[in-house]
Amino acid sequence: MAKIQAARRLARRLRQCGGRRSWTLARASRYDCGLECALPCGASLLEPVNASDPDHALAPPLLVAEALCFQRGDEPVFGPMNLSLNPGDVLMVEGDNGSGKTSLLRVLAGLLEPSAGSISRSDRAEAGPGALAYLGHNGGLKFDLSARENLRFAARLNGLRKGTSIASSLKSVGLEGFEDTPLRFLSAGQRKRAALAGVLIAPAALWLLDEPYANLDHSGHVLVNRLLETHSSRGGAALITSHGLIQPAVARLSRVRMECVHA
Amino acid sequence: MRNGSARAAFVGLLARDGMGLWRRRGELLSPLMFAVMVATLFPLALGPEAARLSSVAGGVCWVIVLLAGQLSLDALFRSDAEDGSLDAMLVSGQSLYLLALAKILLHWLTTGLPLLLVAPAIALALGMPKFGVTTLMLALLLGTPQLSVLGACAAALTASLRRSGILLALIVLPLAVPVLIFGAGAVEAVLVGGQASQALLLLAAGAVLSLAFGPLVCASAMRMSAS
Amino acid sequence: MHPLWLWFHKTGSPPMFYRLAGKLMPWFWALAVIIGVIGLYLGLVRAPADYLQGESARIMYIHVPSAWMSMFIFAFMAFCGALALIWHVKISEVLMISAAPIGMGFTVVTLITGSLWGRPTWGTYWEWDARMTSELVLLFLYFGVQGLYSAFDDRRKGARAAAILALIGLVNLPIIHYSVEWWNTLHQGSSIKLLSGKSTIHPSMLWPLLLMAIATKFWFVASLLHRARGDVLEMESGKDWVQQMLPGAAESADGKAP
Repeated sequence: MAKIQAARRLARRLRQCGGRRSWTLARASRYDCGLECALPCGASLLEPVNASDPDHALAPPLLVAEALCFQRGDEPVFGPMNLSLNPGDVLMVEGDNGSGKTSLLRVLAGLLEPSAGSISRSDRAEAGPGALAYLGHNGGLKFDLSARENLRFAARLNGLRKGTSIASSLKSVGLEGFEDTPLRFLSAGQRKRAALAGVLIAPAALWLLDEPYANLDHSGHVLVNRLLETHSSRGGAALITSHGLIQPAVARLSRVRMECVHA
Repeated sequence: MRNGSARAAFVGLLARDGMGLWRRRGELLSPLMFAVMVATLFPLALGPEAARLSSVAGGVCWVIVLLAGQLSLDALFRSDAEDGSLDAMLVSGQSLYLLALAKILLHWLTTGLPLLLVAPAIALALGMPKFGVTTLMLALLLGTPQLSVLGACAAALTASLRRSGILLALIVLPLAVPVLIFGAGAVEAVLVGGQASQALLLLAAGAVLSLAFGPLVCASAMRMSAS
Repeated sequence: MHPLWLWFHKTGSPPMFYRLAGKLMPWFWALAVIIGVIGLYLGLVRAPADYLQGESARIMYIHVPSAWMSMFIFAFMAFCGALALIWHVKISEVLMISAAPIGMGFTVVTLITGSLWGRPTWGTYWEWDARMTSELVLLFLYFGVQGLYSAFDDRRKGARAAAILALIGLVNLPIIHYSVEWWNTLHQGSSIKLLSGKSTIHPSMLWPLLLMAIATKFWFVASLLHRARGDVLEMESGKDWVQQMLPGAAESADGKAP
């Protein structure tokens, strides 16, 4: 009796929810979310994606994720996947919209909880605040404030990298002359540059950048490549996402493609 | 103050949000305008009789403060959740307790304190005897921080919703009942010739407890909202 | 792993819970109805009328157990919420959310029977009595928890938010109750303490009250399991065990799939 009632209720809810949910019900396994690696090293689904450089091979990895899975509600978004980032690595995660790149970044940043698997970060123990630089979709900027004021907050929150200053980093991202203009009056690309300057001043060894190339012009792409190159050469690691049309020119770059086969 | 220290993060958040509010300082006036306007409605609704107005003045002041305090709540975490600053705060590894406390302090400084300052004027205009005003101020001084704590928790809980609408008030107002009762009760007790100390001490206890534990709740709500 | 912990996890897994709840539910319903009927019979027919309030005092046999349940269920919700927040137990999220409307129902019943009782006793349907007022605030707290949960699209996130609010509410509940009593004595009203001196209650009135209290507990558990089963099924609709059990539901969804 109760079963019938529950089934009726389920069917009613499904009708209300429309296509998306009914698809989930139809076949969960069709949502075959795996991680294909476009690396010559031949990393497979469950092998660590690891493009370590011999120079840094001895240093402990900055980030290791094992059998990481994430699901939103009941829909699997990605996983299980393994990855490790050693000092000097730049890993570009490619994938179409909705393939779970942003979720992956947010899980790695600790904002979302993985449904299974583990993440370990070597930096966590030694340095508390500012061990990780995370650039989300929206950049965490206040548009009522100027770039300088936004960066001052970022520096107070995360600390300031040795040898950098707010003024110099704004200059290096090409915002000289716009330091004191409220971001409201700047273009989307200029705001992106301001957000990148925020990553630049952070004392973090690990960068997690969501779509760092978005909204930027050609010189902006060159800028991002330069920032990644510099970061990598001083022993930092970065994980960036892209929808796959970008060809970054960074030396120690490895790429990973996230697929979700549901189309 | 070293960049990246807990104190720097606290001050930094306070300074950043304070500066943002200052850029839109017209909005800061809206709770005050609301309070004064609602205060004007009471004589119009109840009649200008001084005796009648003065008997309800304390309660009216408290209800006005409670309602006016709701107006600025929605903005407290909403923009942070939308523009990614909430993520930045969580990822920073700074103590969320302190960051939540900064948010609460900010709300109190921009809403609780101005209302506290305008309340005596409203009370006197409604005919409250002068000796009741001091107690009202004291009760508001102890009560408004608790309202800010409750409000900040509710705002953090609803930050990731597209619209919070009436939900914020639905969450905050039932929880604010004790503050309202003891706050208005203190004023009432003095006006009828009694002692306000019992109510004021209870309010003080509530203020200490909510300031100690409220930021914890607010921090876990912030974490929930970012997920 | 500790065997108790293991058992807890096993029972907490949705398919196990679904089956277990299905088996237990009829028993709880039966117990609730049988004990409830006996309690009502003893209370409404056999117990003597109150010497002060007359027959109208019999409404107590519904009013008082409901009032107990309204508070008990809120505490239960907060407890499940704490489990959900700390250990991420899926089932406790479901139980918490399923309990909210039941608790709300008991609160409404308490308020309605209270005001019906108030008519012959106070001469008015609503008196700002301390107990009634704090019961009303409790209803608002339930509204808040339920409203917050349903405002979220992501059900698990909504459950976490509701759990936090339920915990805040539980801590505040005694404070609210105490403050309302204080407020009531400050403003010396005309209210008669309905339940003053209940410790000297006559056994013929105590028994039906106790039976009704037990019956409402069973009623709560039965309807909780009933609601929770539906929610579990919906939550797990993509999983294999639901599809094996309800091939019809899966087919109908297949037909609709793009």
